[in-house]
Amino acid sequence: MSGGHSTYEPKTGIEKWLDQRLPIVRLAHDQAFAFPTPRNLNYFWTFGGILAIFLVIQIITGITLVMHYTPNTGLAFNSVEHIMRDVNYGWLIRYMHANGASFFFIAVYLHIFRGLYYGSYKAPREVLWIIGVIIYLVMMATAFMGYVLPWGQMSFWGAKVITNLFSAIPFVGDSIVTWLWGGFSVDNATLQRFFALHYLLPFVLAGLVALHIWALHVPGNNNPTGVEVKSVQDTVPFHPYYTMKDAFAIMAFLVVFALFVFYIPNYLGHAVNYEPADPLKTPAHIVPEWYFLPFYAILRSIPDKLLGVLAMFGAIVVLFFLPWLDTSKVKSCNYRPIYRQFFWLLAIDAVVLGYVGSRPPEGIWVTIGQIGTVYYFLHFLVILPVVGLIEKPKPLPASISESVLGKAGKTQPQPAE
Amino acid sequence: MVAATETQEPTRRDFLYIATGAFAAVGAAAVAWPLIDQMNPDASVLALASTEVDLSQLAEGQSITITWRGNPVFVRHRTAKEIEEANAVQVSDLIDPLARNANLDPNAPATDHNRVIDGKEKYLIQIGVCTHLGCVPIGEAGDFNGWFCPCHGSHYDTAGRIRKGPAPENLHIPPYKYTSDTNVTIG
Repeated sequence: MSGGHSTYEPKTGIEKWLDQRLPIVRLAHDQAFAFPTPRNLNYFWTFGGILAIFLVIQIITGITLVMHYTPNTGLAFNSVEHIMRDVNYGWLIRYMHANGASFFFIAVYLHIFRGLYYGSYKAPREVLWIIGVIIYLVMMATAFMGYVLPWGQMSFWGAKVITNLFSAIPFVGDSIVTWLWGGFSVDNATLQRFFALHYLLPFVLAGLVALHIWALHVPGNNNPTGVEVKSVQDTVPFHPYYTMKDAFAIMAFLVVFALFVFYIPNYLGHAVNYEPADPLKTPAHIVPEWYFLPFYAILRSIPDKLLGVLAMFGAIVVLFFLPWLDTSKVKSCNYRPIYRQFFWLLAIDAVVLGYVGSRPPEGIWVTIGQIGTVYYFLHFLVILPVVGLIEKPKPLPASISESVLGKAGKTQPQPAE
Repeated sequence: MVAATETQEPTRRDFLYIATGAFAAVGAAAVAWPLIDQMNPDASVLALASTEVDLSQLAEGQSITITWRGNPVFVRHRTAKEIEEANAVQVSDLIDPLARNANLDPNAPATDHNRVIDGKEKYLIQIGVCTHLGCVPIGEAGDFNGWFCPCHGSHYDTAGRIRKGPAPENLHIPPYKYTSDTNVTIG
């Protein structure tokens, strides 16, 4: 698709002059306006645009917060309260940033599950998918370090528990943790380096997003049928069709975001993080932010430190191998009657694990967490490869046009693939 | 051309390529190390390495928590019953059979005697950091009447030894010595 010839024609003299020196307008025209996009994309395809908007929101609100925040253990907590009480619109900027992180994750989870349902990770989009998993990992690192910066109780103990995960590494674990901390506990050195990295990583994310879009624009978009684009009739130009559809979805998503920012800004947070960090007292019940809960539940399900940590990281690492674990020739779950049911089981499993992660690690929750953990790995390592081999998929439409227009879409002879 | 060079002995140019590459790799590592090592504990952190404690005011059954190198250290004046409970346990029944006492040989077994200093069995001094993921356990709690970590449910006994839960090791004993009958220097 990107191999297709450019349809850009510079009209004015200055455009012609620029096009011969830096064809940036041509790039924008070909990749963002004329880009041929499958005509049948549904609203689950709008989360890419929503995510781009949220990266921008986080960077803008983040940079403005840094103008008032102080990364020092003695001053950090009070500087956040200063932002909330004294700085003009500081409350708004901080609530946008804090809730923005949550909404960023809501969008990324819907985006990931969209990819899972429609088989968007399958050939020829493996590299696109892998870059996506790297983006997800960097997002988690960024969010984790950002949560430490207010230096409340949950900031401190979250930082301590998560950095301690590395102490499970045999032999060198303790040295690595001391190196990460810059001391013998989470302290000022830790806070300052987390601040430096929290400022850096969003720009790394922006770079990775550029690679993600590049890798998307080589094969072009997947679509709800999973049938590749076969002719021009299968596509519409990105502008105005999907700029408008994305813009509408972005507005709808921002309405919900605004409801949280203005009416329940602390709903997704933890009250105990409004207590300053106390290195001598762990809060009675510590939990990570909601977007980490399924992985936290996996960590706690295994009563062995090293194995628990390996399982938690393994739950993300397994995603890298998804393109090769899925043996089905059909991409979209719309045409996979058996795997579709397992997809929904996985979605339920993720929610159950998330809920278990928010509960204290005792009684029935331990058992449910263990069942959920087993299913998670069973899904990717056994069910996904086996179902692809034994399942008889439903017949695929001959083309995207046919799926949209019915047999009428076939009246024109289709060029052979 | 390529086929011809493949069959020849390594040339002077091959040697220069490899030598230059090796020199550049060593140079890159030499530049990278200061950038990595700057994250290790700095001189001011290392300087805070010792703390004094006065045990004379600590009555039987009482505990205090002091700070050493940014971490809590539990100092507990144990009751006779607690010491008896700790002594009643066989080392072979423990999850972690090592004493984890910085004042002893690293392979010392986790008997109650090895968790304290000879003649001062009633004072148990240990780093109050759960060996699982670093939370501070709660004292006089848990299934073994010792310490209980609220984060992930590790139970320690009255000698600070892990008995149940995900923590892999007994609570660590810091290096310390008695400077007088009731004064202890930790670190």
